[in-house]
Amino acid sequence: MSGFATLLYKEVLRFWKVSFQTVGAPVLSTLLYLLVFAHALSAHVQAFPGVSYVEFLVPGLAMMAMLQNAFANSSSSLIQSKITGNIVFILLPPMAPAEIFLAYLIAAVLRAMVVGAGVFAATIWIVPLPLAHPVWALAFALVGSGLLATLGIIAGIWSEKFDQLAAFQNFIVMPLTFLAGVFYSVHSLPPFWQAVSRLNPFFYAVDGFRYGFFGQADISPATSLPIATAAFAALSFLTLFLLHRGYKLRH
Amino acid sequence: MRAIEVRGVEKRFGRGREAPGNQYVRALAGVSLEIERGEFFALLGPNGAGKTTLISALGGLAIADAGTLSVMGHDVRRDYREARRAVGIVPQEIVFDPFFTVRETLELQSGYFGLRRNGAWIDELLDKLALTGKAGANMRSLSGGMKRRVMVAQALVHRPPVIVLDEPTAGVDVELRQTLWTFIRSLNAAGHTILLTTHYLEEAQQLCSRIAMMKDGRIVALDSTARLLTAFSERVLRVKLANCDLPASLAAHARRDEAGWWRVPVEDTAHIENALAALRQAGAAVESLEVAEPELEEVFVKIMRQDAVAESVA
Repeated sequence: MSGFATLLYKEVLRFWKVSFQTVGAPVLSTLLYLLVFAHALSAHVQAFPGVSYVEFLVPGLAMMAMLQNAFANSSSSLIQSKITGNIVFILLPPMAPAEIFLAYLIAAVLRAMVVGAGVFAATIWIVPLPLAHPVWALAFALVGSGLLATLGIIAGIWSEKFDQLAAFQNFIVMPLTFLAGVFYSVHSLPPFWQAVSRLNPFFYAVDGFRYGFFGQADISPATSLPIATAAFAALSFLTLFLLHRGYKLRH
Repeated sequence: MRAIEVRGVEKRFGRGREAPGNQYVRALAGVSLEIERGEFFALLGPNGAGKTTLISALGGLAIADAGTLSVMGHDVRRDYREARRAVGIVPQEIVFDPFFTVRETLELQSGYFGLRRNGAWIDELLDKLALTGKAGANMRSLSGGMKRRVMVAQALVHRPPVIVLDEPTAGVDVELRQTLWTFIRSLNAAGHTILLTTHYLEEAQQLCSRIAMMKDGRIVALDSTARLLTAFSERVLRVKLANCDLPASLAAHARRDEAGWWRVPVEDTAHIENALAALRQAGAAVESLEVAEPELEEVFVKIMRQDAVAESVA
């Protein structure tokens, strides 16, 4: 087995051994969001014609859970290894920066996929959804969670303490996911906030993912997929550069 | 090709320029060192001398600001894959991953080095380090000494020709320490190069054929253990007398320590015989007597002090 395959296996095992927390908990909290928001807002909001608010909400919430868990997986694994010091066991072997990057990336994307699947498995009985374009849905799920997994690696490398990581999560990741059009269609926003939303790369992931289900979205998926992919690629290059330089890992 | 080659390595920590008030530490101030294959080499020095920084730079945990380092002829930056395959480092701090058992830890570490079926060697490592009974135990449940031995096993999963141990016996009890040294000695006999740092100077004296001493990021002494001992320490006859002073013939070269022991330098058996004869002749009542072999501790203290003197003169 190569260094990459072993590190990937270890990273998957790490979240799988505690899947009650890493998969069960996010599925439950997504269900709670669905319950509360659907109850409070379903009478007031009509996002897309022919799509009920509860239906509209499910893919967005699933994507939000996937994005947050992709970020949580890579960032928490790295910060724990750094703080406990066992990161040395990954830094001493002859692994290339790309191997380390891909192992953390793929493990985090896998956790996001498991969480996403869990959300759909739990909601399909209450809210049956169409699946107009499964390939688009899968593509956005992969790119979106890849984007956040990469951001998680960057946050894990950059943070030296848990509170720095928490700040990164609370002041960057949370606002960007909440304002990514999970709970509303951006067309319902005033023009200024619509423009702001379009600067948020997470928005394209959520919007495109929803297109996969309903065949309609705020923006054409042919536009949003390249934008989300470009953001993912840019962060990937940044991560590889940081790993290559040994930034905050090799002193 | 040498096992380890270090040339003009400099490393500073902190930001800004070297100036008063800046948080700036010069951990390595131009270190050069060559270690031949098969050597058992000790790197000694007080805390903060730069030993661990040098080891980190060797393993790629730190990146030198200037100079080059190579392991078995492979530059640690340019040929980092070959260099890291050639060296096994046991870090000083006890660290572990609480998610895994001892065997899982060693299997993962083998995998990181691209080794697939490493079970037989892992079994041997567990046996040699007296860990077989703990193979299935979670890392969390092990004592400090056992965790330390797992770290030694982790550093050896890929059978590196060069083994670096950064204070491996700190906090390890006597029996386990002996188990460890027996194993490391057998590895050295089988051709592995060993680089060791320790604060237990008697360990270094017993095990190592060559020694470098570091202080403030510099190497201040580098020689064979035997030559360092002869140059800075001596074999002495320690005598405590009940009734009188040392005979004049001996007192010329002798010193008296704080506890009232006389220290008479003796090179060989003839010297000892002569000294004893002189004592008998003088009618001295010997209360206690022993021959003390040269000690590395004395060498260490002298060299560190000498360096301080040289610095204050400069």
